[in-house]
Amino acid sequence: MTTQMAVTHYPQPWHQRVLELLGHFLKYFVLIVLAVSFVLPFYWMVSSAVKDDAQVYVVPPIWFPNPQFWENFWNAWNSETFNLWTFNTVVRYAIPATVGVVLSSSLVAYSFSRIEWKGRNALFAVVLATMMIPDWVRLVPLFVIFKHLGWINTFNPLVVPQFFGSAFFIFLLRQFFMALPLELSDAARIDGASELRIFLRIILPLSKAALAVVGLFTFMNAWNDYLGPLIYISQEHKWVLTLGVGRLRGAVYEIGNTKLAYPWLMAVSSLITLPVFLAFFFAQRSFIEGISLTGLKG
Amino acid sequence: MIALRRSFPATPREWRNFLLGVAFASPWIIGFLGFTIYPIGSALYYSFTRYDLVRDPVWIGVQNYVAFADDPDFNLVVGNTFWWVLISSPLGVLSAFLMALLLNSRIVLRSFFRSIFFFPAIVPVVVTAFVWIFLLNVQYGAINSTLQAMGFKTIPFISSPDLIKWSLVVIHMWSQGAAMVIFLATLQDVPKSLYEAATVDGANALRRMWNITVPMVSPIILFNMVMSFISGFQYFTLPWIMTEGGPSRSAEFYAIYLYRNAFRWFRMGKASALAWVLFVLILLFTYLIFRTSGRLVYYAGATR
Repeated sequence: MTTQMAVTHYPQPWHQRVLELLGHFLKYFVLIVLAVSFVLPFYWMVSSAVKDDAQVYVVPPIWFPNPQFWENFWNAWNSETFNLWTFNTVVRYAIPATVGVVLSSSLVAYSFSRIEWKGRNALFAVVLATMMIPDWVRLVPLFVIFKHLGWINTFNPLVVPQFFGSAFFIFLLRQFFMALPLELSDAARIDGASELRIFLRIILPLSKAALAVVGLFTFMNAWNDYLGPLIYISQEHKWVLTLGVGRLRGAVYEIGNTKLAYPWLMAVSSLITLPVFLAFFFAQRSFIEGISLTGLKG
Repeated sequence: MIALRRSFPATPREWRNFLLGVAFASPWIIGFLGFTIYPIGSALYYSFTRYDLVRDPVWIGVQNYVAFADDPDFNLVVGNTFWWVLISSPLGVLSAFLMALLLNSRIVLRSFFRSIFFFPAIVPVVVTAFVWIFLLNVQYGAINSTLQAMGFKTIPFISSPDLIKWSLVVIHMWSQGAAMVIFLATLQDVPKSLYEAATVDGANALRRMWNITVPMVSPIILFNMVMSFISGFQYFTLPWIMTEGGPSRSAEFYAIYLYRNAFRWFRMGKASALAWVLFVLILLFTYLIFRTSGRLVYYAGATR
């Protein structure tokens, strides 16, 4: 309080005010230049999606296509089996993976936050340490195991491991569970409620926001995943969207045979970005809070 | 003996809690054994064998490892990967930090700008790759056709072996939203009173930045740096989709080479040895950072 008054009481000399104004100007200048350069690639993607070939291979580049070919979205999408690949991505990969991660991670996080047991903290340190283990160390032997199980070209290698908890989300949920008052559980315990009941009836309903963050992140990870499907799934009718788009890229290299190569590629890229954009638009706070929660205590 | 006693449950109540705790944590414990410990262990075993997935593994001792020493491919990808980690990680963290600083200052429409800076971090990597291919293309990419129209020479951002890595660095700096958000949350936690006190003492903006902001967020700089190193060593998807490691193998990073050995050529023994070398490299790197950063990082509340 006193320092505030001390600062504001002295009138600033004019040159300081000019400097401050200059600083403000510079700040907004940088901010706007940056913002434009962040948005421009996406604008380029969407605007190129409605071009025809004549508008692609020209100098200078066309930023406002005219005429616009909106049917590109429809035609590009139907040029390959994108409907099937969407089905695979969502129903066979993203949804089961999300269910698995939410169930298992919340259960494990409960153990690490709301049950006092010997060795808990030591084991939790191990959980955190696993986040530093490179995935590549596990990929080769896992591939061997899954091959022996006959799981290559199925979604099992992508989905089944998700039911065993994910260190990152265990950590996130633990932070959240720890913030809930202990008295809640104590009161229920005195009433004779079992631990499972407390978890299901008290803790989970209070944690909907955090569970939503975990679900959202997992779903998006699956939606965006490229490496997993690349390794385990080679049969085309089992592909996911990220593998499928690569198909259109091949067409780009055969200009002459293929019309609309770039517009189609950009059209499909826009379409598979759209759900991510919508999710982010409507759940912005969850995204930001979820990420800052995990970073802070790191 | 006493210490040992203490670490085990003694009373029935403690036993009950112990069993409950382990039961609730069992999905992770089983997964850890099955999907982490066992694979890492068997990778170590495979790394001493020749194994093509068809015939049984053949024990060849340390041959896989010894062969790395004068394997030009190995040296090439290690060189590329070190270049990548040492250049892209500091620049990526710097980019995230500067964006967070900008957003933390008094500006209008803060959450609007924050969304814009954050969004590239959650876009599917395939989309990032295709959009940037089309932006940077030497003939009809947006940037080069603009240059051409203005009478400049075109720049082969992707097709030149000298430029591809730098183009990847730019894309990397462009998708730092997650690290930026973590920085921003930390910046908002720096006590305002510190800045006020410093202002009264006559410290200018630059000094306040260097003597308050940087020390207060230094643990997070370290955190983001370590995370960035770890993922940098495993950099795969973007360079794979954009150029499959080219041109002239200048973007062929460690993980790409590992992927080829394992899943294209099915040299599982060699790939496992590569994986273990990577693992040890990452552990060493992380250890070194923590060892050397001790003095540079300020932990509030730590007594030293």
